[in-house]
Formats: sequence, structure tokens, C-alpha cells
Amino acid sequence: MTPAPSSEALQAPLVVEFPFTRSLGPVQSAFLTGLRERTVLGVRTTDGRVLVPPVEYDPVTADELRDLVEVAPTGTVTTWAWNPSPSRGQPLDTPFAWALVRLDGADTALLHALDAPGPEAVHTGMRVRIRWAPERTGAITDIACFTPETGAAEASEPASHRGAFTDPVRGIVAPARLDYTYAPGRAQSRFLAALADRRTVGERCPSCHKVYVPPRGACPTCGVATAEQVEVGPHGTVTTFCIVNIKAKNLDIEVPYVYAHIALDGAGLALHGRIAGIPYDQVRMGLRVAPVWTEDGRYPDHYRPTGEPDADYDTYKELL
Amino acid sequence: MSKEPVAVVGIGQTQHTAARRDVSLAGLVREAALRALEDAELTWADIDAVVIGKAPDFFEGVMMPELYLADALGAVGKPLLRVHTAGSVGGSTALVAAAQVAARIHRTVLTLAFEKQSESNAMWGLSLPVPFQQPLLAGAGGFFAPHVRAYMRRSGAPAGTGSLVAYKDRRNALRNPYAHLHEHGLTLEKVRSSPMLWDPIRYSETCPSSDGACAMVLTDRAGAARAPRPPAWMHGGAMRSEPTLFAGKDCVSPRAGRDCAADVYRQAGITDPRRQIDAVEMYVPFSWYEPMWLENLGFAAEGEGWKLVESGVTELDGELPVNPSGGVLSTNPIGASGMIRFAEAALQVRGEAGEHQVEGARTALGHAYGGGSQFFSMWVVGDAPPPG
Repeated sequence: MTPAPSSEALQAPLVVEFPFTRSLGPVQSAFLTGLRERTVLGVRTTDGRVLVPPVEYDPVTADELRDLVEVAPTGTVTTWAWNPSPSRGQPLDTPFAWALVRLDGADTALLHALDAPGPEAVHTGMRVRIRWAPERTGAITDIACFTPETGAAEASEPASHRGAFTDPVRGIVAPARLDYTYAPGRAQSRFLAALADRRTVGERCPSCHKVYVPPRGACPTCGVATAEQVEVGPHGTVTTFCIVNIKAKNLDIEVPYVYAHIALDGAGLALHGRIAGIPYDQVRMGLRVAPVWTEDGRYPDHYRPTGEPDADYDTYKELL
Repeated sequence: MSKEPVAVVGIGQTQHTAARRDVSLAGLVREAALRALEDAELTWADIDAVVIGKAPDFFEGVMMPELYLADALGAVGKPLLRVHTAGSVGGSTALVAAAQVAARIHRTVLTLAFEKQSESNAMWGLSLPVPFQQPLLAGAGGFFAPHVRAYMRRSGAPAGTGSLVAYKDRRNALRNPYAHLHEHGLTLEKVRSSPMLWDPIRYSETCPSSDGACAMVLTDRAGAARAPRPPAWMHGGAMRSEPTLFAGKDCVSPRAGRDCAADVYRQAGITDPRRQIDAVEMYVPFSWYEPMWLENLGFAAEGEGWKLVESGVTELDGELPVNPSGGVLSTNPIGASGMIRFAEAALQVRGEAGEHQVEGARTALGHAYGGGSQFFSMWVVGDAPPPG
């Protein structure tokens, strides 16, 4: 059982979204380009079955499959499930059936949406027909959905098809999106609460006595919970760094700038931050720094030199 | 009961390149698998199990690609395992496959690792903006560059060592037809004057982003006896892990790497790696990691790795050639990169490395690491069966 989040623990939405590209290879290229041309292609396996959608390699023999055939736009529902509340990105925005449809001429079934008024209108063995999307681009969504059909199955041998089309689709973009609720946990929530007061508070391991900043609630080396709160800093030492000369995406920082590992006084390991208030080529290992806050920042905007003498290498070499 | 000796009898790679738009993921892995089968003169029916690996699913956005790739790899009706240990995955995948042969679970196992970086976004996949967390203020190189500076401080290495490694590896790649980068006009001066991206790391000292796959056929003693070409024999294999960040972590020479090397040497009966190992394929995504790993792997004392580089020991004709294939610096399909190291080590002891063959190589080390120096995997292969 997951314990209920305590009132002090934070939560926030985390949306992960990315348009992935896919190279199709010869078989999927023919299949999707075919859909654009209102032609459904399957592939014939070594043992003579017709697979729709087609695959590149035989599921039984592992042979390379390239013998394409055209099947009918009509078929039979082999099984289905009612979807009462479609979500974003599904083929229809009104309730529909997810159906496996064996197209006439095929030996396997294709998963798609079946537009029907309600679950009582859907049954295994019912006849259906493709409703083509008005605008087709060479994607599975070129089949808008299936609709009920009255005609009986036509017994016809699927015809061979070269799979050659002008301007074939060779790749697709598959947008992916995941919606999470992110909870950083109690240790980090306490850390963030202290940061709001511009205090950096780590947690000490009761076993090895190292102070973890940011705290994780447990010591990864000893495997025991950490609870003792220890304020560290605010001053610290640059243990090592690099000078960033290329602009990173999504970062509005003028290059060159210095990205550094900073061991705050009392911390058992370094955290990272930007060094400013000193020419980038004068930053050095051992430089003593202090955080610089902006009004609305959760974290220090950067660290600036304190003017103290540099730390001796021996004092921070174990933190590299 | 003693372990079954494990032999590498087939090796296949794709022609690694920036973008293989002509093939699907299935078509890509198929190419490497078929070449490995051809090399072993075996068919799909001879394979008892398939073990595959790649970096995070997030890279290409195909969740559990092993399900979809089963047909292409002839895995239907056979055990199919997927391994994931970040950048080290190619190595650990091979070790999982080898363990199945060594334990006599299966006699002949196909193992394969791949990445289609052109259809991926590794930086995005690895650095999602997580709420409440401070964003990383640098790219991939920015993550590693501070460790390089720490190494330079600790060892006193001169600033030019990284360029020497990059120049060596890119020249070695010219001898490897499967390598991604073939920079014919490259000179040391060009490497040295390439843009400083994340000081102290220059552009030419970083790895490319590649599409590629690598496959191996591993088999038992009986399978090796039937092999048409000389097998490579596994003399040891080890994996270690440690957290990416913890108090006391040595980012320059991680303990997990040292322990992993000690384990694999103990298994292989190696007491002096510098003298007993003839060729090394190590995972060097940024050139400075060559001297760092030379120390971590026990080829040089602490602080001395750069001296082997500077004196030419790691050159193709040196005493201890490192990355004769051109290494990760010349070819980096992330998930496959570790297996390419393992396979290239095997090619060396089989005498099948072609133009980049190290003359007389009898014992070779394959090394992989990943996940912010979190995972390590290594194997030692030899031209003769292990004793016993």
C-alpha cells in the first residue's frame, strides 16, 4: 500500500512530450503509403498466410517477408471492447468500440476503432467497412475508423501488389506524451522549504556521518534513513568546473559561462551551480563562493566569489 | 560442477552511420544478427535463446522494443531477454548471454545490442525538466568535463593529452570499415584547434551520435568445435555498479570500475594487465577518459595514465593498443557501443580484425560503462580455451 502523502510533501504535474521519428523500412513504407491511396496491403508469410498489418519478418520462420498483397476494405469483427470515454488522441471523440477486424483476404486482424451508436450495436462476427479519412498522409489514422456494413464476406484470393507508389512515405513522426504527477518526497520537500528561507539544509547519515545535500531521505552508501537536519554553507568551495562555450537548448544563459561543482561548507558532496561575478577565465578549483539569490528563484541564481583565500586542494580533494 | 567454457563464434555489425533512414529498428538489428550468423555459419534454427540490450526506451520512444523485435531476431518460441544498464548495456547484455552458456542453460545464444540515435534524442531523454529540481546547466559534455578537469589536477596531465587520444582513435577508425567517422583529412593540429565546447573538452574529443547494431553468437565447447573460424574464448566477465552520486564517490576513478577490473582479472588469471593484455577496447566517449580508464583498469598507476598516451603506448602499433577499432570516439550507437567493445576485443583474439588487427593479439579486454559512471561491465577474451 502506498502511504498517503503527508501534508508537507509537494506535488506537481510532469508532462513528458516528444515527437519521435520512425524510419519505416520497405514493408511499413508500402503499407502506410497504401493507406494514403486507400489501398490496404498485407504480406504473405512463408506458409501462405496473409498478415494485416504486414510485418517485415515471418513470426514463425524468421524469414524476410516482402510478398505484398492487397486485401479488401471490408472485414469481420473477431473481438471487441466498448470504450465509453475516449481520451485525447484516440481515433474518435465519441464513445466507440475498439475492434479487431479481419479484413477480407487476411488471416490476421487489425486493431482499430469501430464507430457504433452503442455496445448493443456491436457483436463478434459483424461485418464492417473502412471509413477513410478525408485527408490522408500515410498513417494508420488514414483509416478514420470502421463502420457497420451489411454485405456478406466476399471469398476472394488477395491479389499480389508490388507495393510501389509514387512519392512513398518513408518515415513518420509519432508524437508521444506521458502525464505524470511528480512528488519529490518528504526529504526534498523539507529541503525546498528551507531554501525558501535561503537556507540550505541537508541530512546527516547516522552511520557514516556524511551530510547529503540535497537530502534523499536515505544514505545511498549505508542504506539507512537520514533524518538529522544540518544546515550547510552558505559559503562553499568550487571543487571542479567547466567553461561552457556552446548554448544549450532551453537555457537562457549567455556563453561562455562556468558550470561548477560546489561543496558547501559542511556538505559531504558537491552540488552544481553557475559561477558569475568573476571573469570566466579566472575561475579556479578551490575558489571560495557564496550563493546569489534572485527574488523569485527557488535555487540560487549563481554563486559569486567571496574574496576569501582559495581553499587548499587537500581540503576538497576527497569531494572530487 | 565447473562452468561451461564460452566461445564467440560469430560477430556482426552494421555499417555505423549518422542516420539509417532506409531501415526500421527491426531492419537494423536484423542486419547485424544475419552477419553474426553468417560469420558462425549458423541459421536461426541453431540459436537456442536471444539476449538483447539497448539504452533507455525513451531514446527512440519504442517501449519494450524486444517485443516488436522478436520476429526479426528469430526469437519466436525461444527465450528472449532484454537487458538495460545505461551506456554499459552492450557489455552487460553479452555477459548475461554468456552466463546462459556457462551455466549450461542454453548451448548457443544470439546476443545483440543497438541504438538508432537518429530517431532518438538522448539529451532530452536523459535530462527531463523534473519539477522542483535544479536544471542541469550544461549538456552531456558539461556533465563529464568537470571530472576531466579534476583528473588533470590530480594527475598533472598536460592539456594536450585529450587531443592525442582523439587523433589516434580517429586514425584507427580509418582502418575499420564499420566505423561511423572516417575523417580522412584529419590532422593533430585540426583536433587541437577544434572548438572548445566544454572547456577542457574540445569538439574533436567528443563522440558522434550513430545508428548501429552489433551482434555475437556465443556457444559452448561443442559449438566452438564446429565453428568455421577461430573462436574467441571468454576468460572472465564481471559487472559492478554504484550510485551516480554519493558522498565519497571518486568521479575520476570510480571504485566500481576498479573492483570490476580486479574481478575480471582474477577470473582470467591476470596479475599484470599491462603485460598480459595485448589489446583493449575501452568505452571512451570523451577522449580524456582513455588516460582516466587506463588508471582505473590498472594499466597504469594513479596519475600515470596520461604518460602511456603521450609515449604512444596506446597507439595501434604501441605496446598496449587501446581502441584499435576507433572506439566510441568514432562510433557511438549508445546501446550498442559496449557490445562493439566486447566484439572488437573478440575480433582481435580471433585474428579477424582486418586492417585494425593488433599483430599477435592473444588476450584482449572489452570494457563498457554507463549512467554517470554508475555501471561497469568487462570481459577478457583469449585465443585459447580457459584452463580447466
